[in-house]
Amino acid sequence: MTQKNFWSEVILEVLIRGAGYSSVLFVALIFIFLMREGLPTLTEVPPGALFSSRWYPIEAHFGLLPLIGGTLIVTLGATFIAVPFGLATAIFIAEIAPRWAREILKPFVEVLGGLPSVVLGFLGMLVLAPVVRVTLNTPTGLTAFTGSLLLAGMAIPTLVSVAEDALDAVPKSYRDGALALGATKWQTIWRVTLPAARSGVLTAIMLGIGRAIGETMTVMMVTGNAARIPASLNALFLPVRTMTATIAAEMGEVANGSSHYHVLFMIGIVLFLIAFVVNLTASAVVFRQRKRAERVLS
Amino acid sequence: MAPLQRYTFPLARKPVTILPRLGLGLLALCLAGCATTSSTSVAPTQSAIENKGSDTIVNLALAWAEAYGAEHPEVRISVTGGGSGTGIASLINGTADIANASRPMKAEEQKQAQDNGIEPVEFIIARDAIAVIVNPHNPVSQLTLPQLSAIYSGQITNWREVGGEDRPIVLLSRETNSGTHVYFLEHVLRLGKSDNKTLFSPDTLLMPSSEGISAEIRQNPNALGYDGLGYVTSDMKTIAVAAQAGGPYVLPAIETVNDKTYPIARDLYMYTRGQPAGSVKAYLDWILSPAAQKIVAELGFVPVN
Repeated sequence: MTQKNFWSEVILEVLIRGAGYSSVLFVALIFIFLMREGLPTLTEVPPGALFSSRWYPIEAHFGLLPLIGGTLIVTLGATFIAVPFGLATAIFIAEIAPRWAREILKPFVEVLGGLPSVVLGFLGMLVLAPVVRVTLNTPTGLTAFTGSLLLAGMAIPTLVSVAEDALDAVPKSYRDGALALGATKWQTIWRVTLPAARSGVLTAIMLGIGRAIGETMTVMMVTGNAARIPASLNALFLPVRTMTATIAAEMGEVANGSSHYHVLFMIGIVLFLIAFVVNLTASAVVFRQRKRAERVLS
Repeated sequence: MAPLQRYTFPLARKPVTILPRLGLGLLALCLAGCATTSSTSVAPTQSAIENKGSDTIVNLALAWAEAYGAEHPEVRISVTGGGSGTGIASLINGTADIANASRPMKAEEQKQAQDNGIEPVEFIIARDAIAVIVNPHNPVSQLTLPQLSAIYSGQITNWREVGGEDRPIVLLSRETNSGTHVYFLEHVLRLGKSDNKTLFSPDTLLMPSSEGISAEIRQNPNALGYDGLGYVTSDMKTIAVAAQAGGPYVLPAIETVNDKTYPIARDLYMYTRGQPAGSVKAYLDWILSPAAQKIVAELGFVPVN
C-alpha cells in the first residue's frame, strides 16, 4: 500500500513538473522560431526602410509604422471603451445587483465572451459599419473606431468575469467595517472594495487588453485595412491596418524565405514584444502594490 | 500489464470496472467503422483531385467540380480558394494537383517549381473581365482608364471631379495577395506601362474577400470598387470604361470581352504538375469542352471558345 502510494506520488509529481516546465519550454521555442524567421529582415531590409510610412509588400515597401500605429489606435480605442463599461458592469454585478440577478447576469456575460470572432466581424461589417458611417458621417464605416467598438465588445466579457471574481473575493468584513463607519454604499465601493480588489481588477484589464491586441479576424473584417499612419486623433474615424490583420492576410500568399516572409515574422516579434511589455508593466504594478500593502501591515 | 495496473491513480479506481468494457465496446465499433471506410477508399476506381488557388476562379471551379462529379462519381474533386499565389505554392509543394490562377505564373514561381523538379503546364480555361462597381445611388456611370488611375493613386479624391456628387471617394481593393489586385495595379493604375511605378493610394481599403467589397459597395454611396465580373450582382452599379478620354465607353459583358472592346479583361489559368495524365487529364479535357464552357458563361465569366 505504501509502496503503491509512493509510486503514484512520484509519477504524478513528474507529470505535473513536466507540464509546468513544458509551458516555459514552448514559449521559449516559439520565441526562438520567431527570431529565426524574423531576424534575417535586419540584413535584407535597410533599417530605415522599416521606419518608412509606406506598407506595400509586393513592391518591397516595408514601412512598419502604419501597422504599429494601426494596432495601437485600435487597441487604445478598445481599452477606453471597454475599461469603464467593463468595470461598471463588474461592480454592478458584484456589489449592487441582488444575488439572484448575479446568478443570471454572470453566465450571460460569459456566454457573450464565447462568441466566435468571425461571427462578430461579420455582424460588424454588415450591421455596425453602416451605422457608424451614417451616425458619425464618416466617408466609410470601416474605421478604427468600428474595430475598437467590436474589440471592446469582445474584451468586456473577459474583463467583467475576472474583475467580478476579484471584487467578490473581498471579505465581507471590509464592507461591513466601511458601512459601520458611516460610509455610503458608493463610498464603500470606490474607497474600500475596489482598492482591495485592485490587483485582480488590474489583471482583468490586462487580460482584456491582451485579447484586443491579439485579435485578428474581427479587425481584418471591419477596420478597412488601409495602411496609413494614424497621425491625429481624427484617424480613429478613418480606416487603419493592424499588425495582426496584415500577418493573417499576407502569410498565406507569401513565398517561403523571401524578404516579405521575414518581415511578416518581424511584425510577429514586434507584437510579441508589445504583449510582453504590457504583461511586464501589469505585473510590476501589482508587485509594487503588494509590497506597499505588506509594509503597511507589518 | 500487471505492474501498470497496480499503480493506477487512486481517484480513478472506482469507475475502472466499467471503463474497460466501455472502451472495448468503442474499440470494436471503431474497428468495424474503420474496416468499412478503408475498404471503400482502397477501391481502384476511386481517384481524388486537389484543386486550389485563385478566389476569382473558386466559384467556377466549384461549379465544374459539381457537374463533373455528377457524371463521374468515381472522381472526387476538392476545391479550395486562397488566392493565385496560394494555389501555385500548393502545386509546387505537392498539396494540389491543379492550381487555379487569375494571372500567369511569375518567373520566380517558375524557377521555384523547377527547383522542386516540377514542370508546370498552363491551360487557359476561361476569360474574365474586371468590373468597376459603385453603389446604385451613385450618378456616375462612366470613367476612363486614366481617370481610374488618378482616382486609385489618390490624385482625385472627390466624386465631383469626375462628374458626380460632392462626396469623398472611398477606394476599395482586394488584398495584395489577390491576382485581381495585381492585374488592376498593372493594367489600370499603371495603364499597362512597365516603367510606371504608380502605387495604390495609402487610403485604399484592402478587403480580405470579395464579400467585403460587395457589402461595402451595397451600403456606401461613397465607395468605388472593382472585382471579377462573376461577383457583380444586380444590386451594384457597373461602370462603363473607356481606354482613353473620348473613347467609346464599354460595359463589361461576354460579347465586349470576346471582341476585346472592354479594356479590363484577362485570361484565367489552370496549372498542372507536368503534362496531365489519368483523371486530371480527363478533367481538363472536359473543362475545355462546350458543356463545361457553358457553365463559364452562366457564372458571368467569358468562355474561351
